[in-house]
Amino acid sequence: MIKLSVNGVGYSFDGDEDMPLLWYLRDVAGMKGTKFGCGAAQCGACTVHQDGMAIRSCVTPMAALDGAEITTIEGIGSGHMDGMHPLQKAWVEYKVPQCGYCQAGQIMQAASLLADSPNPSDEDIDGAMWGNICRCGTYPRIKAAIKSVAGQSSEGGE
Amino acid sequence: MIMNAIFNISPAIAEKIRGLSGTDAALSRRAFLKTTAAGAGVFAMSVSLTSKSFAQEQLVHIDADAGNAFNLYLSIAEDGKVTIVAMSPEIGQGARTAMPAIVADELDCDWDQVEFVQAFPDPRLGSQSVGGSSAIRDNYDGLRMAGASARLMLERAAAAVWGVDASECKADLHKIVHAGSGRVLGYGELAKAAALLPVPDEGEVRLKDKSEFRYIGGELAPIDLSDIVHGQAVYGIDVMVPGMKYASIERPPVVGGRAKSWNGDAARAVQGVLWVGEIGDFQFPASYQALGGIAVVAENSWAAIKARGLLEIDWEAGPNGGHNSEAYRAELEASAAAPGKVVRKRGDVHAALAAADQHLSAKYYAPYNAHASMEPPVAVADVRDGEAEIWTPNQNPVTPHRTIAAVLGLELDKVIVHTPLAGGGFGRKGKPDVAVEAALVSKEIGMPVQVAWTREDDIRHCYFHSVSAQHMEAGLDKDGKVTAWLHRSAFPPIGATFDPNSKGPEGGELDLGATDLPYDIENIQVEACEASTHTRIGWYRSVYNIFHGFAVNSFMDELAHAAGRDPGEYLLELIGGPRHIDFSLDAAKYGNYGESIEKFPTDTGRMANCVRTVMEKSGWGKSLPKGQGMGIAFHRSFLTDVAAVVHVAVDDDGTIRVPTIHYAIDCGRVVNTERVRAQFEGGAIMGLSTAMVSNITFEDGAVVQSNFHDYEVLRIDQSPEVYVHIVDSDAPPTGVGEPPVPPIAPALANAIFAATGKRLRDMPFGASI
Repeated sequence: MIKLSVNGVGYSFDGDEDMPLLWYLRDVAGMKGTKFGCGAAQCGACTVHQDGMAIRSCVTPMAALDGAEITTIEGIGSGHMDGMHPLQKAWVEYKVPQCGYCQAGQIMQAASLLADSPNPSDEDIDGAMWGNICRCGTYPRIKAAIKSVAGQSSEGGE
Repeated sequence: MIMNAIFNISPAIAEKIRGLSGTDAALSRRAFLKTTAAGAGVFAMSVSLTSKSFAQEQLVHIDADAGNAFNLYLSIAEDGKVTIVAMSPEIGQGARTAMPAIVADELDCDWDQVEFVQAFPDPRLGSQSVGGSSAIRDNYDGLRMAGASARLMLERAAAAVWGVDASECKADLHKIVHAGSGRVLGYGELAKAAALLPVPDEGEVRLKDKSEFRYIGGELAPIDLSDIVHGQAVYGIDVMVPGMKYASIERPPVVGGRAKSWNGDAARAVQGVLWVGEIGDFQFPASYQALGGIAVVAENSWAAIKARGLLEIDWEAGPNGGHNSEAYRAELEASAAAPGKVVRKRGDVHAALAAADQHLSAKYYAPYNAHASMEPPVAVADVRDGEAEIWTPNQNPVTPHRTIAAVLGLELDKVIVHTPLAGGGFGRKGKPDVAVEAALVSKEIGMPVQVAWTREDDIRHCYFHSVSAQHMEAGLDKDGKVTAWLHRSAFPPIGATFDPNSKGPEGGELDLGATDLPYDIENIQVEACEASTHTRIGWYRSVYNIFHGFAVNSFMDELAHAAGRDPGEYLLELIGGPRHIDFSLDAAKYGNYGESIEKFPTDTGRMANCVRTVMEKSGWGKSLPKGQGMGIAFHRSFLTDVAAVVHVAVDDDGTIRVPTIHYAIDCGRVVNTERVRAQFEGGAIMGLSTAMVSNITFEDGAVVQSNFHDYEVLRIDQSPEVYVHIVDSDAPPTGVGEPPVPPIAPALANAIFAATGKRLRDMPFGASI
C-alpha cells in the first residue's frame, strides 16, 4: 500500500506499483491537468513537484512515492493570492499558451526553478527549462513570463 | 422550441413584431441560409444531436432552452448572456476566440458577457476546417453577417417596443439606444422579441465600418487561457466517459504490413487487462484507415501500455518493406534531375539558359517530418446499439463524422462527434485514423474506450510531411539579371495516401510555392517530377511550401551572390514592379488555394512592401561582427505575404545561434492582432525545428526515430527573439497558421552563408555546422 499526498490531500494506492505517477494522477485519481507527452522524460509535459522539486511523473513509479508530497498544476496556486501562483498570473499576462497542452509542465518546471533560484539568469532559465518542449513555440513568452516573476518576493509557499 | 417562445411575450408586442416586416419570413430566412448557412428555424435540429448525455457543457451546441437563438451561431438569454458557437476546433491558433469575436463585434455585444459552445459537425455552419489556414479566410464574411443580422433584429425589436422607426435605434455595446429620446433597452430585455423577427435579407444588413470595430483588429486573450494555466482545460486526452476503458495498440511497423502470427498470453496476464485482439483489415490506399495491429484494452493506460510491451508478434512487412531513405533519396534526386511534367511555362527556358552569360544550377533536399504535437493522436469511442459517439481532437469535425459513419456502416445521424481542445494539430489532427481505431475497438468490446497513442506511435505512424528533391537552374545575363528559371520538384504527394495509382505530385500540388513563383523573369518553367510513395503522407504546417520555399529562396540568394548583388535588393528586383500576376498566361492551372483570383490576387506591390518593411525593421545591411550574418526570404503561402530576415551567429565551434528573426507580413484585415503575432512567433520556432534538427528516416520500411531524443525539435535554449511587423491592410483576411514557416529555413541558410560562406542545401542543417 502506497500512501502519498497530492495537493495536500491524502491518497492510498494498492495497485501495480510499477505504474508511473502520471497514470495514477490521470486515470486513477482523475486529475487531468498533468499531461502525457513522451513517457520517457524527454519533454517535460508531465512535470509535477515531489516535495517541492520538479520531477517527471511519466517515469516515476508509484513504488518510489510512499510518503511523498506531490503538487500538481491543480494545486500550485494554493496558498497564493487569488489562488494563483505568480507564474500562473504571468502566463495569463503574457498570454503564453497557444494550444496550451505543455503549459502545466512548463509552469511546474518554472516554479521549481524560481523556488531554487529567485533571480535566474537567461542561462539559468535555458538550463532549467531545456527539458520542457513546446511544439507551438511559445518559448519567447515563457522566458518573458518567468523574468517578469523573477525577483518578486514570495507570496507564500506551495 | 423557437415556436414556443412566441407565446411567452405579450400579445401586443408579438402583434407589433409580426407586423413589423413587410418581407416574407420564410423567404428571407432562405436568403439568410444561403449566405450564412444558418437560420433560427433549423436551429432545433442541431439540438437533437445532444440527445446522448455528455457532462462537459462547453462541448454541447447551444441549448435552445437557455436562450433565444437568433441563428445557428448565437443566442441571447433574457439576462443578457450571449452564447456564441465556436464553429471550428481549437488547435492552438486561436480560432475558438477569433471566430466568435467576429460575431460579437458585429453584434456589438460585451465580450465579458459572452459564453462559448463548441460546434458539432454541421454543414449548415459552413467550413469548420482549421486546415489550410482557411478558418478566418473562409468564414469572416459569414460570421460578420451572422452577428450583424442579429444586431439589426435587436434594433428592430426595440423599435417595435418603442413604436419608432428602426433607423432611429442603434446598437451600442449590449444595448439599443433610441437616438431621439435617449431611451435604452438591454440585449437581454429585447432577446425574446428580437429572436422572433424574420432573419433579415443580406441586403438589409449593414456591416460595420472598420472605425466601429470593438474586437476585430484588437488584442483579445484566448478564451481558454485561464483554464489552461489552472490545468482545467479539457483536451482530447482528458475526456472521460462513464465506464471508459483504455486501449494501446501495437501497429505494423511498415504501412501495409500485418501480423503473420502473434501471442497475447503474457499481455493478458497483466493486472487490469480486459481484452487483447487484432483490429482492422488494412487495404491500400491508406486513407483514414486504422493501420491494423494488436490492441490491448485495460482498466487504465498503464496496464494497457505495459501489457502491450509483452505482446509477441511476428510481422510481415508487406509491399513497403524495401523503403530505405538513402536509396529513396537517390531515386528522388534522379527524378528531379530529368524533365518532368510541365506545369508552368513562360517563354523558352532552355533557349534562355543556353544563351545565358552564367548558367547556375543547384539541388536541394528536405526529409520527412512528423508533426509531433504535444498531445498525441487520441480518441474516445462509444459504439453500441447501432450508434456511435466519438470524442476526438480534430481539425474539422466533419471528417471524423463522415469517416466513422462510413467505417461502421451507420447513417450520419447515428454518429455524434465531440470536439475537445486539441493539444496541437499542425495538420496531423486533420486525419481521423485514431478515431477509427477507437471505434473498431469499442465495437469489438461493447464498451466506451480511449485509444491514446504513445509518442513512439506518433513518431512512427505519422502521416508524414513529404520528403523532397528540388532541382533548380537559372541563367543570368552579363548584368546579373535573371533571364531563365527552371524548377523541378519531386516528392511523394498527399494524393498517394488516397490514390494507389499515384505516380507523384499532380500539377496542383506545385501551386504551393513552385508554380506561383512571383518573380518577374522572362523565361520560367516549373515541372512536377514522378515519385513513388511508401508511407502515409499528410498535411504538415504549410505543406509543400516548406521545401519549395527553401529551394526558391535559397536559389535566389545563390543567384544574388553570383551576380555580386545584395540579396535583399536582388529579391526586390526579382519581385519587380507592382502588378497582379495571372499564372494562366503561363499555361498554369493555378488554384489560388481555392479562392478567386479577383478577391485574393497575387499582388507584387504588397509583396515588395513586406520585403522593404522587413529590411528596414531588421536593420538589413548593417555591419555585423565576424561569424554573424543576416539572410532574407519572401514566401507567399495560403494567400498571405511573408518576408523574413533571420540573424544568425555561428560560434567558433560551428554552433548555430539565432538571436533574432524579423517578419513583415500582409494577411489582409487582422482579426486578433495578438494571436497573429503568437502564430508567427511559434511558426518561426517550428520553422527552425524543421530547418535545423527534425528528421525522419526509414529503414526496411519502418521509421528509425521513436521519441524526442532522436526526433528532435527546437528547445528553449535555441529559441530566438521574434519580431512581427504587421502591414495595416483593409484587404480580405487571409490565414496565419501556416505562412510563418516556409521563409525560415531559406532565410537561415542564407544567413549562414552570409556569416560563413558555407551554403546549406540539405535540411536539416544540424544544430551546428
